[in-house]
Amino acid sequence: MAISDQNVRHLAKLANLALDDAAVARMRGELEAIVGYVEQLQQVDTTGIAPVANVAGLVNVSRPDVPGHMFATKEVLANAPAKNEVAILVPKVVER
Amino acid sequence: MRTARDIAAAVNAGTSARIEVEAALARAKADPNNAIIRIHAARALAQADAVDARIKAGEQLPLAGVPVAIKDNLCLTGVETTCCSKILKGFIAPYTGTAVARLEAAGAVIIATTNQDEFAMGSSNETSAFGPVKNPVDPTRIPGGSSGGSAASVAAGIVPLALGSDTGGSIRQPASLCGVVGMKPTYGAVSRYGLIAFGSSLDQIGPFAANAADAALALKLMAGHDALDSTSVAHDASAWDASQTDVLKGLKVGWCPAHVAGLAPGVKARLDAAKAALVKAGATLVEISLPHEQYAVAVYYVLATGEASSNLSRFDGIRYGHRTTDAANLGEVYAKSRVEGFGAEVQRRIMLGTYVLSTGYYDAYYKKAQQVRAKICQDYADAFAACDVILGPASPTTAFKVGEKTADPLQMYLSDIFTIATNLAGVPGLSVPFGADEQGLPVGMQLQGPMWSDGKLLAIAGALEKLR
Repeated sequence: MAISDQNVRHLAKLANLALDDAAVARMRGELEAIVGYVEQLQQVDTTGIAPVANVAGLVNVSRPDVPGHMFATKEVLANAPAKNEVAILVPKVVER
Repeated sequence: MRTARDIAAAVNAGTSARIEVEAALARAKADPNNAIIRIHAARALAQADAVDARIKAGEQLPLAGVPVAIKDNLCLTGVETTCCSKILKGFIAPYTGTAVARLEAAGAVIIATTNQDEFAMGSSNETSAFGPVKNPVDPTRIPGGSSGGSAASVAAGIVPLALGSDTGGSIRQPASLCGVVGMKPTYGAVSRYGLIAFGSSLDQIGPFAANAADAALALKLMAGHDALDSTSVAHDASAWDASQTDVLKGLKVGWCPAHVAGLAPGVKARLDAAKAALVKAGATLVEISLPHEQYAVAVYYVLATGEASSNLSRFDGIRYGHRTTDAANLGEVYAKSRVEGFGAEVQRRIMLGTYVLSTGYYDAYYKKAQQVRAKICQDYADAFAACDVILGPASPTTAFKVGEKTADPLQMYLSDIFTIATNLAGVPGLSVPFGADEQGLPVGMQLQGPMWSDGKLLAIAGALEKLR
């Protein structure tokens, strides 16, 4: 499976990873090797087999819709790297 | 090292929990293996005093005063929890996960946090931001991973009990390599609330202990439905224990010829010895096959990375964790914080997961892997129609040298070849020590059983301990 530098850059954008050129080149080789290994799955005949996402056999788990524990604003903000009294701060997203 | 049960019995009879905890804190402080990365002395001593007060007030607690260490991906209120990643440096957990809370309610005292592979992605504990853990049996060797610090802290006698998580073998493989008992319960047996997610359809929390009976006690206390994890299952675990006698008589033990090919000679010799011991004790051996197990590693590296790429998207430098100081706009905050905070292995898996989930590749990889997973589940169902449990090695080799496999990710992935299918099928599996190879390195036997056979596996492990 050939993966191009352009493919890797597109994936890095989707994955929100700011990879530099050296990382792109290294990642391309590593991904090619692993994807090449994973290709063996194509050998398995899976015609008519339903994909498995949950092995516990649970279906449509529901719970009563009642308020539970809530974190106070101070607790929610405690770990934020940039904040004021009531909000998390981020760079400006709308220019005007 | 005394057993968890002995410590609890002594504390219930009036010995001070504080003294037990002080001794464990001193052992943790002297840890020579980099297994312990944070010690919670003040919190632990306060908890110990609370246990002593409860005992004085007339309570009896199953884990009274038992010192416990937890993996760095389990949240504990007010304590730094980082998954051994730079991206979570300084993150203080605002709540305690259910499994840990249940142990604390039973009188256990969390004394320390253990080292692990970053975000539980690794098989040797070498991807940790805190550096590798040394195997207590031979410090030039790795302890296994990803729960390497938990395995090593029990093996070194720092604590009688530790918690880890197992997504593809991260409890059983290090347990095997360090010579302790480690168990991945049935998927859904233990709540994942408070476990920082890696591969949500595969992750389970489980115990490490020096013996099967202690592991059984811890697991039974953690198990059960939890409203905070909708994938946890209401199942009565109260009878799970390792003291059941005569469990081997008439037991049909499956073994798979494919598990023997390519085994290190020292591991094969111990597997043969285990088989012989079981037969002598009245079990019968049944040859079985798991025809799709050969695809398990490939299935795993599609599904686990796909799930991880989604789960780890939350680490973006906004609400918690590392934020870059070098961003011109919001998009750069995300992309630079992540590339600065995540290590190489984590970035590799996020990229692979993004690839298998992306448009045009989803059917060929992700859906295909989910279908092969169904085949693997069916293999186990067929096998358990012919046998009660499957016996095999937990790892193809004993502990390897530090640095031996770090250059080749794929070779590292293949060290989990015997443990990954268990998670894909959701069935329980454990590793129990069964002697050593010619170099004196521990060898673990893996036992796998049908869904909810956790108690039976622990009982068999308890019986095997007496035969080694």
